[in-house]
Formats: sequence, structure tokens, C-alpha cells
Amino acid sequence: MTQFLRVAWIVMRKDLTVEVRSREILYTTVFFAASCVLVFAFALVREGRPMEDAAAGILWIAIAFAGTLALGRTFERERQTETLRALMLAPSDRPAIYVGKLLGILLLLGVVELVLVPMVALLFNAPFGASLGWLIALLAGGTLGFVSVGTLFAAMLVRARSRDVLLPVLLYPITIPIIIAGVRGTVALLQAVPDEPMARFWAALLVFFDVVFVTLALWTFEPLMTE
Amino acid sequence: MSVDFDCVTVDNLSRNFGRRRALNRVNLTCRAGEIVGLLGPNGAGKSTLLAILSTLLTPSSGEVRYGSVTAIASGAALRGSLGLLGHDLYLYPELTARENLEFFTRLYGCPDVSAVVDAALGRAMLRERADDLVSGFSRGMRQRLALERALLHQPRLLLLDEPFTGLDDASGQALVARLRGLRDDGRIVLVATHDLDLAEGLLDRVAILRDGRLWMAESSSASLRERYRDAVAVARA
Amino acid sequence: MARAFTPLAVLAMLLFAIAPFYVASAPDEQTMGLIQRVFYYHVPSAMLLFLSAFVCGIGSAVFLFKRSAAADRVAVAAGELAVAFGLIVLITGPMWARKAWGVWWQWDARLTSSLLLWMMFVAYLLVRRYGGPGSEKLSAAMAIFGMANVPFVYVSVNFWRTIHPNTNVVMTLGSGMRGPFWFCAASFLLLYVLLLTLRRRLEEQRASVEQLYLALDD
Repeated sequence: MTQFLRVAWIVMRKDLTVEVRSREILYTTVFFAASCVLVFAFALVREGRPMEDAAAGILWIAIAFAGTLALGRTFERERQTETLRALMLAPSDRPAIYVGKLLGILLLLGVVELVLVPMVALLFNAPFGASLGWLIALLAGGTLGFVSVGTLFAAMLVRARSRDVLLPVLLYPITIPIIIAGVRGTVALLQAVPDEPMARFWAALLVFFDVVFVTLALWTFEPLMTE
Repeated sequence: MSVDFDCVTVDNLSRNFGRRRALNRVNLTCRAGEIVGLLGPNGAGKSTLLAILSTLLTPSSGEVRYGSVTAIASGAALRGSLGLLGHDLYLYPELTARENLEFFTRLYGCPDVSAVVDAALGRAMLRERADDLVSGFSRGMRQRLALERALLHQPRLLLLDEPFTGLDDASGQALVARLRGLRDDGRIVLVATHDLDLAEGLLDRVAILRDGRLWMAESSSASLRERYRDAVAVARA
Repeated sequence: MARAFTPLAVLAMLLFAIAPFYVASAPDEQTMGLIQRVFYYHVPSAMLLFLSAFVCGIGSAVFLFKRSAAADRVAVAAGELAVAFGLIVLITGPMWARKAWGVWWQWDARLTSSLLLWMMFVAYLLVRRYGGPGSEKLSAAMAIFGMANVPFVYVSVNFWRTIHPNTNVVMTLGSGMRGPFWFCAASFLLLYVLLLTLRRRLEEQRASVEQLYLALDD
């Protein structure tokens, strides 16, 4: 077990080192997410007033789109140097590599969300601060679910044709429950009186989702990655 | 903790990709303390064979035994005894030479990381450039670094796919010397190459592949060049 | 099984020849009129959509973990049938909805869940077709994840939906309706088994052709 965590930690640290040095994926993803928010704002705001629940919806859509981009770019980098093969050659449990990559991308998206949430709060006058704890729980659960499935799919698509378009094609249908749970939970928190039991329900659903799909991903990673 | 063995046996190995047979019932045995050359024209199946030997690909039929055990039976520990230097060098261009080696040393679980990395940098003759990003290295420098990366964990079986590509004379000779040293150390070295000049001096045995089949496998000798030409000519006919 | 195929196919044809008459003889539903009878085809198709999703998911799991090519053949057959029967559900559903509620699509919880499930299996077929070599494994992953997702889709869409008031979709089966309903359900199930077998056999024959090509090289 410690061996497993040690390898995951090493892979994550390497990813973070590479990213910190160039910051390419971080900057482009943050900017892309911000652009998304603006595009949707123009689509959904009428006469200066956003449609009901728009803030929550826009936040989660931006996270989903930005997440897909970050996943694609991270694995494209590994593909260009074929270093994913080098990782597969290591004498460690291969799912540890999956966990390492997952943690790296999770951290990256966490930073993106640190920018997105205040931005959405500002532009849409959304009182996110009211139940910050539950909001963080929803964001953490939802992002983990999204990235856990996304990391597996992006990794297995590295050797596939049409991988750029196939990642969203595969990822979005599976992660729709996450979007539903995230948006509904966030909307509940944005009510005049935050509906915490509702938010708790959706957060619980997200936790279940995470447990099931992380387990499934750990289980299927090795057979999927070996030809 | 890693698995050790003194010979690798390829037993009736076949591998298909859809309708194409990349390898067709190949039989080959390589023992410790020898350098075996894998020769053949492009598309003969050399890279596929190396990929299967390194456990990156699974056979369609037949098996590979390391000592007396197959890859599946040995599990992850087997990979601690295998080293692969592929076409793509498996180096992170955004990291320095030192960081690349440190990462792989830690990944492979080698104790005493800084000593191992330092020794590897020395052998690769890259001590002065250790803290420069790999993206700035020439092909030869990357090749030397990649070779040391493949050897960090002191694998019993070393697989090299076209290692002489892009190397100048001096680097090529240095690589030959290094491989001889490894052979004398009791390792099994399998080299896929096109380069007959270097091959003649280096190889103990030669296996010639064409169209996925093993054409012949025997000791290297002076007439290698002619026999290789014959084998390839027949392939084209 | 091969021997039984032709007589069963004939039986299926007979059943489907009788079905419309049986359905016509069922009692009228109070408010809906003729369109209500689409229910007799809609619900069995939905049941088959879910059945296919599970067959595909389980077949894919066996393929991925036991490397059984036969399981993969069953999976792809089930995947295609999921898309086919799902299409029937998604066409007949709005036909009903238009008459019942005046709109083609009302985000009804069950129809929406069916749409999501259908999309997952369309994605399954897309990745299989366009993923290049090795796409069988990629699509297997999609099928497994899709199958695992069914309860989450169901719960999330249902709770998403209850925020808005919705009309009751569940019809209680009047006594006169049970006969035709189960008759149609049985006919559809028989048709499903036959189609699955046919499609699986087609894949098997394709695999044999591949083997023959390979044997040429020997």
C-alpha cells in the first residue's frame, strides 16, 4: 500500500514540477474557463439580469469544459514523448500511475476553480460565501468524479485515433449525473435561505459516484492500458 | 525483490494486428553474457518483438519465458529486471537531466537516489549539463541520457531499439564499449539495428527477422554482411 | 440453438402479425385515444434498452478481464440493439407526450434517463467505429462505465425532475390491458434474442474471415 502511494506521489510531483515550470496548461485552462463563463453569460443574461440559476449552471459547465481541455493537454504531453510507456514499464502497480495523474489534474482544476468561483460570484452577484463549506464539498466531490473518469478515458485514448473528439464524446454522457448534482446542489445553496439538506443530498450522491467510479477506474486501468 | 533469470526464451511467439501478422512463430533463446542482434528490414517485426519482451505488448499466441516463468506469472516485479531503450527516448524535455534521472530512480524504487543519479550522469558524460533542460540537448546527448535511464535499476535484460540512430562515430563507439561492459557483467543484451558496420564488431549472435519470421539465428561471423544481404534479397523476391 | 433459430423466427413473425390485432382489441384508455396504444410497443422497447445496456456492460467486463473475444461479440451486438431499441423508445415517447401534455418533450424523468442511456451507447458505437485499432477495449470501458452509471442517472434525473411539477406518467394497467401488454413484451423479447444471436453470429463470421487472412501468411 505504501509502495502504491509512494509511486502515485512521485508521479504527481513530477507532473506538478513540469507544470510549474511552464505553467502552460494552467494559464490556458484558466483563460479558457473565464472565456466560457463570458460566452455563457452573453447567452444567458438578458438586460443585465441573468436567468434563474444561471450562475450555478455556468460555473459547472465551465469546470466541465476546462476539465476536458486540461485532461486532453496533459495526456497529449505524455503522448508526444511516449513517456506513458516509460511509466508503464516501472515495476510498480500500474493503477498507482493512474492515481498520480489523477491527483495532479485534480490540483490543477482546483486552482482553476479558485479563480472561477469568485469570478462567477462577482459577475452574477451570487452569494457563494453564504455556505462556503457545502460549496467546497460539492466542488470537491464533483471535480473528483469528473477527473477520475476523465483521467482513465484520456489515458486509454492516448493510443487511439480521433482522440481529441472522442474524449468529450465518451466523458460527457458519463458525467451528466455529476453536472446535475453539482448544479442542483449549488442552486440550493444560492437560495435566499440556503437549502442545506438539499445540498447535503446532492453532495452525498457525488460521494457515492466518486467511490464507485474511482474503484471502477482502478480496476480497469491495467487491462485497458495493455495491448 | 525483483525477479532474476539467466536466459530469455521466446517460444512460438506470434502477434497479429488485425489482419497483419507482425510476428509469426518466432523461436529464440538469449542467455546471460551475450549480445544478440536483431536485424531485418523495416517492418520485419523487430520493434514488435522488443515491445513484447518488455511486456508492453501481449502475444497473440506463444509465450515468452524469463528463466522459467512467463510475464503474467511474474507480475509487476519482473519489470524491475527489464530495461528498454526505445525509438522515443522516454525523457521529459521540460525537466533537467538530473531531474529526469531522479524521477526514474525513485519510480523504480532504487535506494540511495543521489548516488545512483550521480554515477549515471558520470557514465553518460553529462555532469556539466546535469541541470540543463533536456529540451536543449542534442540527439546524442539525449541518447546517452536515455541509455543510462534504462540502466538505472540494473536490469538483467536490456532491450535496445535502434540505439545507434543519430549517433556520431565517437558516441557510437562509446555505446559499443558500454554494451560490451554490460555483456561482460552477465547481462542479456538484445539490440535491434540496421547498422551492419557497428553490428559486426559488437554482436555475439545474430537473429535475422523478415516479414515477422525468424530467418536465421546463429553466431556472428565475418560473412554477416553477405548473409544479411541474401536474407533481405529473398524477402524482397 | 442453431437448429431452433428458424422455427423461432417463424414464431416471432407470427407473434408480430397477431400483435397489432391484439393491441387493437385492448380497451380504450379514457383520455388518450388511439395514441395511447403506442405504449404497448414503447414500454417493451424501453425494457429491452435496459436489458441491452446490462448485456453489453457485462459482456464488455468479461471481454476486458478474461480477454474473451466471444464476450466482446455479444457486447457489440447488444450495444447496437441498445441503440436500435432506444431509438424506438425515443420516437414513441414524444408521440405519446404530444398527445398527453401537448408538447413533444417535457423532460419526463424516465424519457430523459432513457435518452442519456441511449447516448452512452451511441458513444460506445462511435468509439468502436472511429477509435482506430484497439477500439474494442476502449468501447468496452465505455460500456462498463455506462452500465455502472445507470443508477446514478436514474437518481439524479428523478430528483432533478421533482423540482418541477410533473404529470403522472405511470399508467396503472387495467385488467383488459395486461393481456396485450405481456403478449407484446414476450414478442419483443423473442425478437431481441433472435437479433442478438444473428448479430453475434455475424461478428463471429467476421472474426473467422480475419483468421483466414492471417492463415494466408502462414
